[in-house]
Amino acid sequence: MRAEPAALMAEVLLVAAACILVFTAVAMVGMWWRGGVADQMMSVQLLGSGGVAILLLLAVASGQWAVLDVALLFAVLAAFAASAFHGAAGRRDDAGAVRRPEGQSPSGGPPP
Amino acid sequence: MSLLTDLVTITCVLAGVVFFLAGTLGLLRFPDTLTRLHALTKADNVGLALIVLGLLPQAGTFLDALKMVAIWLLVQLASGAVAQLLAEVALRSAHAAEAKE
Repeated sequence: MRAEPAALMAEVLLVAAACILVFTAVAMVGMWWRGGVADQMMSVQLLGSGGVAILLLLAVASGQWAVLDVALLFAVLAAFAASAFHGAAGRRDDAGAVRRPEGQSPSGGPPP
Repeated sequence: MSLLTDLVTITCVLAGVVFFLAGTLGLLRFPDTLTRLHALTKADNVGLALIVLGLLPQAGTFLDALKMVAIWLLVQLASGAVAQLLAEVALRSAHAAEAKE
């Protein structure tokens, strides 16, 4: 088996992208089932930053530089999603529609 | 020269993957929303910065390298602002829940 340097580099980058994909997916699922709306929004943000990293690695590994534009789109969409979420939460007075699991309070201590 | 740049790339990318792992562990293990927000917006952005740094020597043209740096800058700016917005929503909903009880 011949290991060309360029092919080896592409393989290393692909393995790194796969690792980040697994980390992002695990964190997203964990956050999603955890409760509060802010946590769920954070899992979407995670898809933004993790997705950008994965797409950058794929762009270099495959030599398809147009993938960089997709990464740029991910970054912009994640930012707009968060600001839209903030606006929607501000319009609703009872942003307390947060689902908090037992024994967990955002201020740290257990609920009274 | 090529060997050196490849080594830089592999080192930085692997360090970035380690930071993403740290961010994921923080998100899963930290006790409340604000500390999780901290893990999300700090660790993952350092990981992304290291990955961009590592990929820069592999960029095909100067314009591609510039675009990667621009994406990184955009993500930095956005995540700094987003962290404030999400923290505000989390705090407000905590206060609303306390007032309701």
